[in-house]
Amino acid sequence: MTYEQWVIVAVGACVGAGCALIGAFLVLRKIAMLGDAISHAVLPGIAIAFLLSGSRATLPMVIGAGIFGVLTVVLVGALSRTRRINEDASIGVVFPALFSVGVILISKYAAGVDLDLDCVLFGEIAYSALDTLRVGGASLGPRPLWITGGILLVNLVVVLVFFKELKLTSFDPELAAAIGISPVVMHYVLMSAVSVTVVGSFESVGAILVVAMLIVPPATAYLLTNSLAMMLVLSALCGAASAVGGYAVSAWLDCSVAGAMATVSGLMFVVALVLSPRYGLVAQAWARALLGRRMREQLVLLHLGSASAQHGTAAAELAQRFRWRAAQAERLLGGLERRKQVERVGDGWRLTSYGTEAIERAGKDVLRHADEDGGGAA
Amino acid sequence: MEWLASPTFRTVLLGATLLGAVSGVIGCFALLRRQSLLGDALAHAALPGVCVAFIVTGAKHPLSLLVGAGAAGLCGALFVMLVVRGSRIKEDSALGIVLSVFFGLGVVLLTRIQKMPAGNQSGLDQFLFGQAATLLEGDVIVFSVVGVAVLVVIALLYKELKLLCFDRAFGAILGFPMRGLEVLLTVLLVVVVVIGLSTVGVVLMVASLITPAAAARQWTDRLSRMLLLSALFGAISAAVGVVASASVSKLPTGPSIVIVSSALLLVSVLAAPRRGVLWAALRARRTAHRVRAENLLKDVYRWCERRGDFETFVPLTIVMGMRGEPGRRLYRTRDRLVRRGLLLVDGDQLKLTRQGRREAARMVRRHRLWEVYLVRRLELPADHVHRDAEAMEHALTDELVEELGALLGHPEVDPHGQPIPPREPLTEPTK
Repeated sequence: MTYEQWVIVAVGACVGAGCALIGAFLVLRKIAMLGDAISHAVLPGIAIAFLLSGSRATLPMVIGAGIFGVLTVVLVGALSRTRRINEDASIGVVFPALFSVGVILISKYAAGVDLDLDCVLFGEIAYSALDTLRVGGASLGPRPLWITGGILLVNLVVVLVFFKELKLTSFDPELAAAIGISPVVMHYVLMSAVSVTVVGSFESVGAILVVAMLIVPPATAYLLTNSLAMMLVLSALCGAASAVGGYAVSAWLDCSVAGAMATVSGLMFVVALVLSPRYGLVAQAWARALLGRRMREQLVLLHLGSASAQHGTAAAELAQRFRWRAAQAERLLGGLERRKQVERVGDGWRLTSYGTEAIERAGKDVLRHADEDGGGAA
Repeated sequence: MEWLASPTFRTVLLGATLLGAVSGVIGCFALLRRQSLLGDALAHAALPGVCVAFIVTGAKHPLSLLVGAGAAGLCGALFVMLVVRGSRIKEDSALGIVLSVFFGLGVVLLTRIQKMPAGNQSGLDQFLFGQAATLLEGDVIVFSVVGVAVLVVIALLYKELKLLCFDRAFGAILGFPMRGLEVLLTVLLVVVVVIGLSTVGVVLMVASLITPAAAARQWTDRLSRMLLLSALFGAISAAVGVVASASVSKLPTGPSIVIVSSALLLVSVLAAPRRGVLWAALRARRTAHRVRAENLLKDVYRWCERRGDFETFVPLTIVMGMRGEPGRRLYRTRDRLVRRGLLLVDGDQLKLTRQGRREAARMVRRHRLWEVYLVRRLELPADHVHRDAEAMEHALTDELVEELGALLGHPEVDPHGQPIPPREPLTEPTK
């Protein structure tokens, strides 16, 4: 790989890991779309900073966009607190309004200058290596790498320093408030981090990849684990892996790098959605099927237990009783026979002593569960 | 101003207004079903469909692009449903995933198209930011047909959709296919989003759905009126936005429309009768005034009662000390009571008029009866009931107080041994 390619992959990985770390908390707090909203609503901040400073210098833009990022959160909060509009609708009306202000500012005063709307929205990660940070004439390497690396570091520090506060306010805000950790303060800490992340990553990689990396890798990780620390690690890994994989795809297909990274993160999500050992669609369908078969087997045992042991019960009778297909009844009986819980008698089936035991065991299980449920409720 | 009369402009104006109205109507359902951001996700999800349609047909037929966009939007909606129903991922994340991944895929396809011999980028900007100015007569005809079709479906299924919004479980019990209606509503949403993209673009689509609906919601509690108002707001925003962007140079259409509808929303949230924030503030202020006036009357009454003399003037400083209210506020309350003929003022001294004394006795009666109730019925200790009664006395109605009196057997003293003023207005001893 060439130097340019290394830089692109490194920038992508920094964005992926940095966004995913902070995005995990958006996903857990069910405010993922706020990330999308912020990433659009910072546009007027960028435009105003550009108009005031007259250049595309990073610092004014980051400050301008940061202000509007927090303003978005404040406005959404204020609007939904009036209780006239619920929260998701508040998000849906605030960010387009701010975005519109930004588009109008740019097209009236900055069109054709240096601030290209497409570029703000899609960024151009492919040119990362060309943009060199110079301090006092000395070249310090690619500027986007400094910015996105800095963001990764900031988010890492925020998450490590406020780990227990973020954890508690995300999962049990009432308890947090009761022991003196303000959920409101943590909300704004988190939102400030999101704003800075969005703004910094924005310029290097574009809004759409930022939104993808804020939401998709954490959602993937959420399908794989129940531990917050593990989820953060997996999110960051997924984010970085999507960047690397996305770059490979874009090199192969000769297409948009940011788009390919977002697409690969989506593929990883789909894989986790289908195949996650505990929460995947396959695992859940398998668990449901298993439960269904166990229930049907117990039905068979109970039915045989209450029927005459002398003549046995025919498979066809079972099938008719429970509205199963004949083959299905045969299959169930075959499985029970292999476990020696039923045996043939004449044309029919009857319970063995193992079968009687199995019924008793099942009955005790039911009683025990009922007991535990009762205890839990009390 | 001759452009106002030009056929091109009228076509654009008509098309955008129509779209505004239809989005406003369908947006009401999205808003009420708490799916405001679904429109945002669907708008983004349409991009790969547009690209695939272009790759397959090799040309930019508006209709095939619309079909592609619609199919992709529908895929996105189904994916959201699948993820939310089938996994532990919540709706907000599912929407974010569809939005960003589908759009990312779209960008990938788009860059592929640009590398194709026939491809160029001109369609993209229009898709992203909308380009109302390029609406053609043919487009407007398509919009009209689709828009009218959407409205007819909504009108035919009005009561079923209403059930879906407000009481889904009841609808299911009545035997309506609620799942089917949900899917239908989603399909309608996709259709409106897809045709709306050409005026306002991807990012602002959600606003043309939700903002008029949220504004309309403030003015009424009836679905039928909300739909009409929302359509009206949507149409007005679109018309004003189009005219503004045609008359001011370099003013893009989509953002202008959104600014107008956002302004309408702001006015609605602040000033809509009953629900408006300003009205609520006004109500709160009136209540505060009433409570302060009632308290002042009562304080003077209690001071006089303790002295057994209602005829001498009470120094204001004493009343001031009773509640520790800021002096200026107390003066204003005093002046209002004087204007209503309930207080007499002599320098810095106060005295209840006959009417004022009657009012005050009414308050004291409420207060003390409530205290009796708390002590006897709820068995609270007598030294715990004063603060609660301070709040309740302003909320009780006369009817309730009399029922309370009857319930308690018309007690004559409160738990602290103070007399409860009788129900009848005080009669002055005849001289």
